[in-house]
Amino acid sequence: MKTAIYYKAKKNTINILIHLFLLTVAVTCIFPLLWMVSSSLKSQDVIFRDTSFLPRVFHFENYYRAWVEGGFGRYFLNSIFYTAAVVIGIVIVASLAAYAFSRLKFPGKNVLFIMFIAAMMIPIPGSFVALYVLLNKLHLRDTPVGYILAMINVGLSSSIFLLKTFFDKMPTELEDAARIDGCSKLGIWWHVALPLAKPVLAVVVVFNALSVWNEYVLALIIFDSRRFMPLQVAIKLFQGEFVTNYPLLMAGLTITVLPIIIVYLLMQKYIVKGVTAGAVYG
Amino acid sequence: MRIKSTLENYLFVTPAVLIFSIFYIIPFIFVFRLGFYDWDGIVPLKDAVFVGLANFKEILFHDPSWWQAMRNASWITLIALTFQNALAFLLALACDREIRMKNFYRVVFFIPPVLSEIVVGMVWRFIINDIDGANMINRLLLQIGLPQLAHSWLSDPKLALNTVAIVHSWKGFGWGFLIFLAGLQTIPRELYEAARVDGAGAWHSFRKITFPMMVPVMVLVGILTVLGTMQAFVLIIGLVGGEFAGHTSVPVLRILACMRDSSRFGYACAQGISFGAILVIISFIQYRFSKERQLKKI
Repeated sequence: MKTAIYYKAKKNTINILIHLFLLTVAVTCIFPLLWMVSSSLKSQDVIFRDTSFLPRVFHFENYYRAWVEGGFGRYFLNSIFYTAAVVIGIVIVASLAAYAFSRLKFPGKNVLFIMFIAAMMIPIPGSFVALYVLLNKLHLRDTPVGYILAMINVGLSSSIFLLKTFFDKMPTELEDAARIDGCSKLGIWWHVALPLAKPVLAVVVVFNALSVWNEYVLALIIFDSRRFMPLQVAIKLFQGEFVTNYPLLMAGLTITVLPIIIVYLLMQKYIVKGVTAGAVYG
Repeated sequence: MRIKSTLENYLFVTPAVLIFSIFYIIPFIFVFRLGFYDWDGIVPLKDAVFVGLANFKEILFHDPSWWQAMRNASWITLIALTFQNALAFLLALACDREIRMKNFYRVVFFIPPVLSEIVVGMVWRFIINDIDGANMINRLLLQIGLPQLAHSWLSDPKLALNTVAIVHSWKGFGWGFLIFLAGLQTIPRELYEAARVDGAGAWHSFRKITFPMMVPVMVLVGILTVLGTMQAFVLIIGLVGGEFAGHTSVPVLRILACMRDSSRFGYACAQGISFGAILVIISFIQYRFSKERQLKKI
């Protein structure tokens, strides 16, 4: 006869095994990042000999050197600037369009909307080739403006889709009241619709910020001048040039990763929402 | 008055449509036109030579490096579909129950997906490369007395592709995990209760409830995995470095190389078109397959 103790023991064993499995995977997720930070604090002499997790001497000057001599201060500010500019651009352009698609009437509305959605579904793997040629022709290559506009376009379709879905479900009473009070359409969009859309705007902001910060290939083909480069492209170049200085490289990588980790930990509620919203849509 | 109002409405979509036209539609058309030309990117575009289908013929019959890249990408995709998604699904199953630290796991598993591909590639390169005997994994294997398992993970042609696939899976599984978990949480708990009352064991209720209800989610994750993995390439730049030797090359890297290294813009576009067409066909087949399966269930 199997007793209650047997079942309890069995349940506990299963739970321990499950935790072991989950913990193992969790450790592999965190370990590379911790190793990166730990290596960034070692000196070049000992980096391959000192296998300890905590360096014996903390070389914080690696960060200073990466920031100043490696130029990561400049690249960091570039990345911040591009991320802010693109996200602000997307929020304004996408919410204007999404609001119109949801609330306003004009001929060709559905065709235009379907066009944006179709763009999300059709992959064109070689589009950066054409973009390179086009930006050259417009004299926008190797300029921040060219990169910012191209990146606004990258996030546009999905942001319009998310925002339109939200506006469609939003009650219209407040907007009606504002209209009766004599508010213009633009005024309603700015004073009523946008503040109400804050939860979904948060998703749009976080997702696009991550994608701009992490973007590589467009920055690679658009920028030749070092002073315009964002972190992702600069760090790869840095590896080619300072190939032997691993602590500085690791410090640069840490500088590149840190903002993402912070934003992720603060905003992870919205990220989970966005991933699952994208999945439901698909 | 009506006309003025309509014009005003158009103003709302004008910025979006302008940006979209310039940066999406024009390049789209442009790729399709250039695919039929031979152009080095230097002479004026109007002097580009029209070559008809020559670029496409070359891709099909005279470009072994393209097909090697396709094989490599397919192999990585196969590993992502099986290993990565199985791992994601198992982790989701493990978290879809009363278990402590559920939130901790959820936060941690999604760390790799929020990192950039270039950073992930470079950090892993630092951990497993062979320069200066820096290989951390190998050192660890030596220390625990398993020297025969130490390998040149990135420079051994036989291993490099698998290393790329594993690191790619590491970066991607958290994302499948989140979608699977969201899917699992939509299954009504009453179904499990009812099954248990009827005497069904854990395995039985998994087979009869969990699995059938998760098929649509699996298909969705499958489609997204194929589309994402076939087009992945930045991770490889970070991981393997500049040496895009054949054994870890993938189609988008070929397109990039054709444009930047050999200045064959037309050929690069033709590769893009062929590859895009293949991707659309694959996702269409997967989609149809899922539809048919669901119909059979009813």
